Amino acid sequence: MSAEPPIAAPTSAAAPAPAAEPRLRRGFWLSGRGAVTAVPYFWLFLFFLVPFAIVLKISLAQPIIAQPPFTPLFGLDGSLQASLDNYRFLWEDSLYLVAYLNSMKLAAISTLLCLAIGYPMAYGMAKAPPSIRNILLLLVILPFWTSFLLRVYAWMGILRNNGLINNTLIWLGVIDQPIQMMNTDFAIYIGITYSYLPFMILPLYAALERLDPDLVEAAQDLGCKPWKAFATITLPLSIPGIVAGSLLVFIPAVGEFVIPSLLGGPDSLMIGRVLWDEFFGNRDWPVASAVAIALLLFLVVPIMLFQRMQLRRQGS
Amino acid sequence: MSGTASSSVSTQWNRPAEPPFIRIEGVVKRFGDFVAVDGVDLEIYRKELFCLLGGSGCGKTTLLRMLAGFERPSEGRIYLDGVDVTDAPPYERPVNMMFQSYALFPHMSVEGNVAFGLKQDRVPAPEIRRRVTEALELVQLGPFAKRKPHQLSGGQRQRVALARALVKRPKLLLLDEPLAALDKKLREHTQFELMTIQEEVGITFLVVTHDQEEAMSLSTRIAVMDRGRIAQVGTPTEIYEYPATRFTADFIGSINLFEGEVTGREGEELRVAVPEIAAELRVRSDRELAVGTAACVAVRPEKISIARQPLDGLDNALQGRVRDLGYLGNLSVYRVELPNGRLVKVTTANTRHSTDREVDWEDQVHLGWRPAAAVVLTE
Repeated sequence: MSAEPPIAAPTSAAAPAPAAEPRLRRGFWLSGRGAVTAVPYFWLFLFFLVPFAIVLKISLAQPIIAQPPFTPLFGLDGSLQASLDNYRFLWEDSLYLVAYLNSMKLAAISTLLCLAIGYPMAYGMAKAPPSIRNILLLLVILPFWTSFLLRVYAWMGILRNNGLINNTLIWLGVIDQPIQMMNTDFAIYIGITYSYLPFMILPLYAALERLDPDLVEAAQDLGCKPWKAFATITLPLSIPGIVAGSLLVFIPAVGEFVIPSLLGGPDSLMIGRVLWDEFFGNRDWPVASAVAIALLLFLVVPIMLFQRMQLRRQGS
Repeated sequence: MSGTASSSVSTQWNRPAEPPFIRIEGVVKRFGDFVAVDGVDLEIYRKELFCLLGGSGCGKTTLLRMLAGFERPSEGRIYLDGVDVTDAPPYERPVNMMFQSYALFPHMSVEGNVAFGLKQDRVPAPEIRRRVTEALELVQLGPFAKRKPHQLSGGQRQRVALARALVKRPKLLLLDEPLAALDKKLREHTQFELMTIQEEVGITFLVVTHDQEEAMSLSTRIAVMDRGRIAQVGTPTEIYEYPATRFTADFIGSINLFEGEVTGREGEELRVAVPEIAAELRVRSDRELAVGTAACVAVRPEKISIARQPLDGLDNALQGRVRDLGYLGNLSVYRVELPNGRLVKVTTANTRHSTDREVDWEDQVHLGWRPAAAVVLTE
C-alpha cells in the first residue's frame, strides 16, 4: 500500500514534458507509442487512482453499523455529507501522532542502518572484478527467491529466547540467562534492515559502478590521500544513489506492518499496525482511511523534495 | 615552431654533462603471468617533450601509470630529479597527469577543478585564486571559470584538464593520449598549443600516444615501444629516416621492406641480394655486415621516383605496372606490381597544378632510388 507513492510520483514530473511539444501531443495517445504508454497509465488509474479516491471518500464519512460500515458521501436528499472529523480526531488523539512519529523513527534508524551496511557492500561490489560482480549482485537478490514472510519467521527462530543466538551464547558460557531480543525494537530494526537491505544496495551499486575510476585516481594524483579522495569525490558523486536507496527503504519501512507484528513488542506502536487495528479490530473504516491518507501525505512530501532536488541537479 | 623548440632543447640529450631528469632503470611490470613492461631503461631530460609511442597493449600506458604512482614496478627503479620515487604513492609525487578521459570532477566548476590540487596542498586562498586565474588564462578559459564540465565542449574540457594538471607546477607532467578525443582539425590546433604551453611553463612533458603523426610533430624525442620493450629511442627525424628495426620502420609511416642477404661492400655502399625481386640493391651504410648476413632493405615510398621512361642516375631500378592509384590532394599514392607480383608503394608530391596525371592506372613504369635513400636492417 505504501509502496504506491513512488510509482505515482513520476506522473507529475512527466506531465509538463509533452506540453512543451504540442504538435507531438495531438495524436500521441492514438499512435503505437502512445498505446504502449497508455497501458501502464490505465493500470495505475484503475488500481491506484480509483482505490485511492475510494479511500479518500471513506475518510470523509462517518462509521455506522451497516454494510458497508460507513455513511454514504451524499445523503438521501442529495446533499454532500463530507466532514473532516476523522482527521480532526487523528490530530486530537495523541495515539496516532505517537504512532506516526514512532514509525518515522523506526524507519529512519533502519534506513541509516541499511546505509551503514549497504554502502560498504555496494562499494565492494562496484570495485570487484567484473567477472564476479554479477555473482555478487545475484547473491544480494537471492533472498527474494524465498517468501518475505518465511524470512521474517526465520528471524524469530534466530532471535527468540531459546533461539539460535541465545542457545549458542549459553552453550559458550557467555551468558546464563537468555537475552530478550524478540518483541523489542531491536528485533524490528534487525527485521527491517535485513529485509530492505537489497533496496539500499542496488541503487548505491548502480551509482558507484557508474563512477569513473579515473576520477578517484585524478584526485589522488592531485594530492589526495585515499580516504580524502573518497570523501571529496566518491561520496558526493554517489549522493543520488544514497537518496534513492534511502527513499526505497524509508517509505515502505514507515508503513511496514508484517515485521513489527511478528518481531516487535506490544509497545512498539507503528502506524501500519494502527491502520490494521482500525480496519479489522475497530471496524472503523473512515478513521482507518484517514490514517492511510495522512500517511500518504507524510510520505509524499519527502518524495517531492527529492524530485525537486533531482530537477535542480539536472537544470544546473 | 617545432624547429625552434628542438634546436633549443636538442643539445641537452647529446650533452653528457646534463644529468637525466628522469631515469627509468630496468623496470618490469607483471600482471600475473602477463608481462606488460619488460625491462625498460629510459633517460628523459629536463624540459623535454618526450613521447611514448606504440600500439595498444605495448605497455606504454602501464609505464605511464608507474611514473604517476598508480602501479608499482615488479622490478627496477624510477628516479625523478635524483630522487627514487619507485615506491612513492601518487599523492606524494611531484608528478601530475592529464587523463585520457580528462577525469574532470563533474560536481565541481572549472575553477573548482583547477583549484582542487592546490587545496590539497593547503595553499593560502588568495594564492589559489591567483594561480587558478593564471592557469585558466594560460589555456584561454578565463571566462569559463564558473561553468560545470558538462557545459563545455570537448576541446574546452581538454584544456581544463591541462590547466588542472599544470597548476601545481609538477616536475613532470604525464599526458595520456591527450588529443585522442578531439576531432582532426582541433587536434592539429591543440598540438601546437600544447607545444607553446610546454615551452612557456618549462615543465617536462611525457606524452603517451598511439598516433605516430601526433608523436612526430609534438616531441623532442620519441620512444617506440613494442610488446613491453623499447624498440628505439630518438628524435622524430632519426626514428623516421633511420629506423633501427623492422618494427619501427613498419610502425612509423609506411615503408617497403625487401628481405635478402648481404653480398658485399663497395665503398660506402652495401650490396644486398633480394631473391624475391631478382635484384641486387645498393644501400649506403657504414655498418660492418659480413657477406651472407640476412638483411632487409627498407625504403620509404616518397624516396622512390616513378616515371614512364627509364630513370637516369638511380642505382636501384625496378620495373612494374601501376595496380592502384590513390589521389590524396597533396600526395598521390601508387601501388606498383613488380613482374613477380610483389607490390611496391610509392608516393609523389603533387607539386604541379594540373588535373593531368603523368602516371596513370595500368601504366608500365620505372622505379628508382639512390643508395642513400634506403636503410639496411638486420633486426
